[in-house]
Amino acid sequence: MMRIELVKRPQRSALFSVLSPFIAFALTMIAGGIMFALLGVNPLDAFNIYFIQPISEVWQLHELAIKAAPLILIAVGLSVCYKANIWNIGAEGQFIFGAIFGSIIPVLFPQFEGPLVIPLMLLLGMVGGAFYASIPAFLKTRFSTNEILTSLMLVYVAQLFLDWLVRGPWRDPEGHGFPQTIQFGDSAVLPELMPDAGRANWGFVFALVAAVAIWLMMSRMLKGFEVRVLGSSPRAGRFAGFGFNRMVFFTFLLSGALAGLAGISEVSGAIGQLQPVISPGYGFTAIIVAFLGRLNPLGIVAAGLVLALTYLGGEAVQSALGISDKVARVFQGMLLFFVLGCDTLIHYRIRLIGMALTKANGTAQLEAAPKLEEAR
Amino acid sequence: MDITVNILLTIATAATPLLIAAIGELVVERSGVLNLGVEGMMIMGAVGGFGAGYLTGSPWIGLLAAIIVGALFSLLFAVMTLSLATNQVATGLSLTLLGLGLSGMIGTSFVGQPGVRLPNLDIPVISSIPVVGRLIFGQDPVFYISIALTAAVMWFLFRTRTGLTLRSIGDSHTSAHALGIKVIRYRYLAVIFGGACAGLAGGHLSLVYTPQWVENMSAGRGWIALALVVFASWRPWRVLAGAYIFGAVWIGQLHAQAFGIPVPSQFLSSLPYLATIVVLVLISRNKRLTMMNTPASLGQPFVPDR
Repeated sequence: MMRIELVKRPQRSALFSVLSPFIAFALTMIAGGIMFALLGVNPLDAFNIYFIQPISEVWQLHELAIKAAPLILIAVGLSVCYKANIWNIGAEGQFIFGAIFGSIIPVLFPQFEGPLVIPLMLLLGMVGGAFYASIPAFLKTRFSTNEILTSLMLVYVAQLFLDWLVRGPWRDPEGHGFPQTIQFGDSAVLPELMPDAGRANWGFVFALVAAVAIWLMMSRMLKGFEVRVLGSSPRAGRFAGFGFNRMVFFTFLLSGALAGLAGISEVSGAIGQLQPVISPGYGFTAIIVAFLGRLNPLGIVAAGLVLALTYLGGEAVQSALGISDKVARVFQGMLLFFVLGCDTLIHYRIRLIGMALTKANGTAQLEAAPKLEEAR
Repeated sequence: MDITVNILLTIATAATPLLIAAIGELVVERSGVLNLGVEGMMIMGAVGGFGAGYLTGSPWIGLLAAIIVGALFSLLFAVMTLSLATNQVATGLSLTLLGLGLSGMIGTSFVGQPGVRLPNLDIPVISSIPVVGRLIFGQDPVFYISIALTAAVMWFLFRTRTGLTLRSIGDSHTSAHALGIKVIRYRYLAVIFGGACAGLAGGHLSLVYTPQWVENMSAGRGWIALALVVFASWRPWRVLAGAYIFGAVWIGQLHAQAFGIPVPSQFLSSLPYLATIVVLVLISRNKRLTMMNTPASLGQPFVPDR
């Protein structure tokens, strides 16, 4: 039987930390090609429809930006959590609560108009997301309850709560019974960046600003250092006087606020009202974006664009080839798998052992020689 | 009387998939591996089981397929975390995301198709004894598997040498490795067992509970199973108790909806998830108890040195 053996590198490989996302992407393409072939489609045709056609015109790039904005916003927040080894996986719920809080103004006070409406909505959205994220943070710090499970359970609760709102108290009375709120007024709609060219709105700008801001924080400020120390060695962090509980709250509130901002931007910019379902799983896909971007905010911008393309491509193959748009989910899942696998190359060399016993022995001896040298 | 029996029966049906998935994950975590992919393996088992049952017409082949699909899918996680030493939390999450996507794609053509259902046990005369007959001798086959599985895992973990070895690996993989125990091999087997259980639980959903294919039909049960393991502080019999409590909550809210209790149905539907949070808080409040029972090397990657 063949066996994989990992040999620790003396130091992390700079080459592979750059290459690994690209190798992962290439492997995903190969696996995706096999999948398309199994579905009875010529892989090259499918790739053309999936990855090239959706971004061949300017208005389509705008659609890409619309999909990428929430992914980037959420993922930069999550990257801070994950760097600190704190696992917020309930961004989908925080996204929904941001959308709900932000929508209070256009739904309950539609007569309130003017230039103040949008900033207030965005602020409320961030408050909503941060509020919802504070629940798992509180439970973790107060009762040391596992944040993975609580933040995830709250996603289901948030989805049901939104469902109740738009079917119950917030339903548009003149909406012919459709489960949706009234259309937001003009002053509650996030403006488009270049209305003549396409639909992309200010959400994309927020995403870029957030990415740069978090990048600055992580690389240039004490707070970022604190996050990294507590993440890689909680003990060292304690000695340095960094509080773990404070860090839990900080990362959860930050990522929650950004997810909430993404939520209200999506509803106010791309949808224009609240509906029972407002997200095609952005909060979960953003986890993939964070890892594909190597938890680096600038890498996340690139990763967000790639993952946004998988959504557009999924829609494209559905209409052109009649393949389920779930294919997007499959691509996203595979991509994350390959990224995590390739990251192993950064810290380890991989050796396959067990084809022939003698050969394995031979290499073992060869390996042993330089080790003896080192020992001396 | 009949109503009570019916309610008890539905509670057992709701508890069974939770119990099976949680028992599988318990063995995985006892070996020191945290597999957050339960939801993904479960939904893959559900779609695989439904598909095989639908195509062959035999629910038994469906059930077998569910187990195999779950085990194969978990193998993906095992290769990543055990052979490539990837982060277990992230890999488990990606297993869930991939499973939800893949099952949705595979199941597109199954939506709305009539499924096959595993028949309930029916022993002439005995099964028709009032009350006890149906409760003990008239349930679906997977129910009996789940009870037997719980007993078997209890016996295996605490009464066999191999079980002791498995637990020692979970508590300290370095010491176990130093004693010459094949840590990685044990963990591979544990993860695959967990995957087979999650697949079986999924098969129960699509072949017994609601014999049809609905996208995302696992509805967070995999995550609840993960919570159950924590709630049970890694003890099989407490998993059994926990699964039945959750089964009761799940059925209770459905009945409350059916009776038209003047509470929005969405609030009732969110009860199982809220109950999970409450239960987790109650159990983790007692830090000493949790610390004592948690497998000490849970979630930490292990790379054997030579």
